[in-house]
Amino acid sequence: MSTPKVKRKFKRRYDKLPTVLLFVLPALIPLIVFWIYPICRSVYLSFTNWDFISPTYKIVGLKNYISLFRNPRFFEALGHTVVFTAGTLIPTIVLGLVLALLLVRNFHGSGILKFILFSPWITPTVAISIVWTWIYKTDGGIANTILTALGASPLKWISSSDTAMLSVIIVTVWKSLGYAMIFYLSALERVPGELYEAVALDGASKWRTFFDITLPCISPTTFFLMIITMVNSLQAYDQIQVLTQGGPSGSTRTLLYMYYQLGFQEFNMGQATAVAVVMILLTVGLSVIQFKASEKWVHY
Amino acid sequence: MAEIILKNITKEYENGFQAVKNVSLDIKDNEFVILVGPSGCGKSTTLRMIAGLEDISDGDLFIDGERMNDVAPQHRDIAMVFQNYALYPHMSVYQNIAYSLKIKKIPKSEIDQRVHEVAKSLGLEELLDRKPGQLSGGQKQRVAMGRAIIRHPKAFLMDEPLSNLDAKLRGQMRVEIADLYQRLNTTFIYVTHDQTEAMTLGTKIVVMKDGEIQQIDNPTNLFSYPVNKFVAGFIGTPTMNFFEAECAEENGLVVLKTVAGRIVMNDAKAAKLREGGWIGKKVTGGIRPEHVILSQDGENTVFSGKVNVFELLGSNAIIYVETEAGMIVMNTSQVQVYEHGDKIALSVIADKVHVFDPETERTVTN
Ligand SMILES: Nc1ncnc2c1ncn2[C@@H]1O[C@H](COP(=O)(O)OP(=O)(O)O)[C@@H](O)[C@H]1O
Ligand SMILES: [Mg+2]
Repeated sequence: MSTPKVKRKFKRRYDKLPTVLLFVLPALIPLIVFWIYPICRSVYLSFTNWDFISPTYKIVGLKNYISLFRNPRFFEALGHTVVFTAGTLIPTIVLGLVLALLLVRNFHGSGILKFILFSPWITPTVAISIVWTWIYKTDGGIANTILTALGASPLKWISSSDTAMLSVIIVTVWKSLGYAMIFYLSALERVPGELYEAVALDGASKWRTFFDITLPCISPTTFFLMIITMVNSLQAYDQIQVLTQGGPSGSTRTLLYMYYQLGFQEFNMGQATAVAVVMILLTVGLSVIQFKASEKWVHY
Repeated sequence: MAEIILKNITKEYENGFQAVKNVSLDIKDNEFVILVGPSGCGKSTTLRMIAGLEDISDGDLFIDGERMNDVAPQHRDIAMVFQNYALYPHMSVYQNIAYSLKIKKIPKSEIDQRVHEVAKSLGLEELLDRKPGQLSGGQKQRVAMGRAIIRHPKAFLMDEPLSNLDAKLRGQMRVEIADLYQRLNTTFIYVTHDQTEAMTLGTKIVVMKDGEIQQIDNPTNLFSYPVNKFVAGFIGTPTMNFFEAECAEENGLVVLKTVAGRIVMNDAKAAKLREGGWIGKKVTGGIRPEHVILSQDGENTVFSGKVNVFELLGSNAIIYVETEAGMIVMNTSQVQVYEHGDKIALSVIADKVHVFDPETERTVTN
């Protein structure tokens, strides 16, 4: 005789649904229109041979995926994505924390310094990247002027496939550094001062204090920044477009840039959306791994 | 195990505020010293200077004969229990207690043995795997003590360790701390704003006010021979009654004349008052509520008035009486029920009267 009970329970659980929907709907509509629908549409398109222009196309099944996995360009781009993501993530977090540690104690001018370091984050990436193309100029660019002044030999920066990826990474790290710093600053300020006193009385050195107290206490921020920076890096487009257009000879072509080239330059939308689907899976997969791993090292 | 000497220690904060003024204090090896005083009187600051968490602006601090002013807290070998416990939130109880030993690179097996020993003595064995967030206030308190005990430090500093606990637990922990002191036989410096706590725990109590030491004494002397009006009022509950009086000589006796009567001073007090030239002058009188008694006949009435509040506490009663000399509180064991507005005549035990200089507030009859 448990059916009525279950029913009642069911009813109680869902009888608030209309009210809840009423409040959530305004937020849900843009989400559906601009995010869920395009994702579903992309997944659908990745099984077609649409060329981005023709009004008609055919369903081709897994053909796009098969040719993608046979394409060395795809694996090259995947490799570049990994290098770019790791290459931006680690320095952004490490240097952001170093800056925050230097600036957490207020001194004369620290406010201005914080603002200057943060300002790249609020400047459009396109604008930043244009300035960096001047900095990276082989003849007379600031980067090479500095290198020569330091007695090093000048580099070809974005014009060489050896250094192009490094150049794009430098710009990206430089841009997001201030953002990481701001988050770390507030995290550091929230560590209770008594913990530092207790650990000093326990006999810990500065170094140990940092690893045993500071790092664990700010681990939620580190985790947050890792996710944000990772997603940002996977989605980086502006700086690649302005600085290198994926070149020279594909050395800065990430998955996202490959998607753009396939879809909007080669008009192979089916292939392009297949890349996009792979990227979505990659992002979700990496996030899941990070969340799982975070249970081990993040202390809330 | 350490002798701690504070010599003319002053603390001036960056904003120019002097939180501790010229404090001198000798703490002997294995002594239990209590710093007590109202909030903001500089107790924590004093303690933190001893621990090395706060710079000493002026004066000298010696631990075992060695000047420690410029020694980092890491190298003073002093343990402290913080008011909010300051447990490491991401470490288990075990790791919290073991941490100082781990830093000293003591072998794992020895750490393990010592942690279990300490945990057993504090009743923490079941909780070793928990994080501080999963503990009650009393348990956190124990962990904080465990973290201090395991080091066998030269001295234990405790800053209001019981203030975050409820009344019942506070009483229980007080007993445990006293017991701990007996077992460890180490120098303890204990800070509290609660005079009851100080009186029940301490053998040597330092009463502070506005950054200055008022009196250093044992509980009995603090209670019976306070050096000034502040200490007299601070120690004991309900607080001492103060009243205006005039010191006079009548028929060869020294008396305090109050609005409604007179108190005859005993020989010792009379001598002090004569010596000090107080005859004919205004003084402040003080009498503890437990030394206020009912006036049997009209003869020795000192205060008379109406009962304002009557609190029956079981074996004794507190009676607040509105008199000509202001509110006088009586703590009596002769429990007789009074109603609000009942007329009542009060007398005092003359031997227990304190007399203060109304200007300097110093006791003149000690
Ligand atoms: N960092 C500081 N800067 C300025 N004044 C302080 C600082 N810390 C404490 N004080 C002041 O010093 C006085 C004594 O403080 P404290 O030693 O904490 O008192 P207690 O522990 O006796 O309550 C208080 O009036 C307090 O406001
Ligand atoms: Mg305090």
